[in-house]
Amino acid sequence: MELLNFGDNGWGDELAIATLMTIAVSITAMIIGFAFAAIFTPLKLSKKKYLNLISNFYTTVIRGVPELLVIYLFFFGGSGAIMYVASIFGYNDYIEINAFITGSFSIGIISGAYSTEVFRGALQSIDKGQFEASKVLGISKFGQFYKIILPQMLRLAIPNLSNVWQITLKDTSLISVTGLVEIMRQSYIAAGSTRDPLFFYSWAAVLYLMLTYLSMKFINKLEIRYKRGY
Amino acid sequence: MDLELMISSLPKLLSAAIVTLKLLSASLFFGLFIGLLFAILRISKNVLINKFAYVYSYVFRGTPLLVQIFIIYFGLAQIEYLRTSFLWTILKEPYWCAIIAFALNTGAYTSEILRSAFQTIKPGIIEAGKSLGISNKIIFYKIQIPVAIRQSLPAYGNEIILMMKGTSLASTVTLMDLTGVAKYIISTTFKPIEVFIVAGGIYLFMTFIIHNVIKYLEKKYSFQ
Repeated sequence: MELLNFGDNGWGDELAIATLMTIAVSITAMIIGFAFAAIFTPLKLSKKKYLNLISNFYTTVIRGVPELLVIYLFFFGGSGAIMYVASIFGYNDYIEINAFITGSFSIGIISGAYSTEVFRGALQSIDKGQFEASKVLGISKFGQFYKIILPQMLRLAIPNLSNVWQITLKDTSLISVTGLVEIMRQSYIAAGSTRDPLFFYSWAAVLYLMLTYLSMKFINKLEIRYKRGY
Repeated sequence: MDLELMISSLPKLLSAAIVTLKLLSASLFFGLFIGLLFAILRISKNVLINKFAYVYSYVFRGTPLLVQIFIIYFGLAQIEYLRTSFLWTILKEPYWCAIIAFALNTGAYTSEILRSAFQTIKPGIIEAGKSLGISNKIIFYKIQIPVAIRQSLPAYGNEIILMMKGTSLASTVTLMDLTGVAKYIISTTFKPIEVFIVAGGIYLFMTFIIHNVIKYLEKKYSFQ
């Protein structure tokens, strides 16, 4: 147990910081995912065939290919792609992207594909009358979406988004392969230097369980909040 | 685009895909038994057995697969007792460690799928069996299990695809599966996009096949 001491002779503080890193990456990835979903959900519901095709391509490819492969693509290809864009603007030095950005971006793209499907499902199950009624009442386009459709959509989406959050949280363990020091990477380092992998990986499992448990509690509260009136 | 690299890496990736398929089928095979066992424990009326099955599925679904593999591959090797027992012949192989981790993981998800299928079987079907004088044991094996399997097919199809993606983690314990070989080619050629297209294409092709097989089975075993 003294392996978990805080300070120089234990790994407690390192693991605590790594847990915070996991939370930070998960939240960033989830937000990036929402941004992707905000782009691709309307494309999915659009009446134009080629827009549907683009969106379907995104969700099918990302959900059909292992997360690890997507992470390798961004890890090995990310800085190359950015340097290529920079060279168009006349900047030719080596650019290295930080592991946090590559990690949360690649997990964000994956999480976005799942979120897109969730939002599509939620939007499609809102009664058509709601759209028509808000139009008839002369509410502005922005108000229609923000005040009428969005709250109803969230109620339907939250249970499934909670699954997406769990997937995203667990997927962040994979970016340890890029060297970002989150729970998994920190346990790897600690296991390597103390030769006690069983202890540290078990602790990693406990930390992940704690995170999934606490986030479930929080999401249940949110769910109740958005269910008011039903 | 380096077309030459894409063509030259295709045979290597295809033979690695066979490793992926082997890992997948072995883990699904064992996972199905584990899943069925724990689903039966979950619907048991004994609180202790019930809780045990619940904790099993909660732990395996609440932690990343990567942690599970690392505990089994790196962690278990640390226990002196295991190293001297006959289990060591299995546990020293990364191949079997990966399969054990995958089977336990997919078993947890499968048990949840089967449990909900068992619980949604219409009581009328079981009552009909009872009124025909069929014994409880036969009702379970010949009525409840087939109906539950049919009902859980769509969810199980998703689980197979998720598991196929999960087998990519075998590359973290030195196995050269499709993702492992893809990573090796990427890190030696620094052409991530080309390799991603070929390897991703193979994965998508496998997803496509699995998806259609499940759809065919669903149609074949539909009640209508």
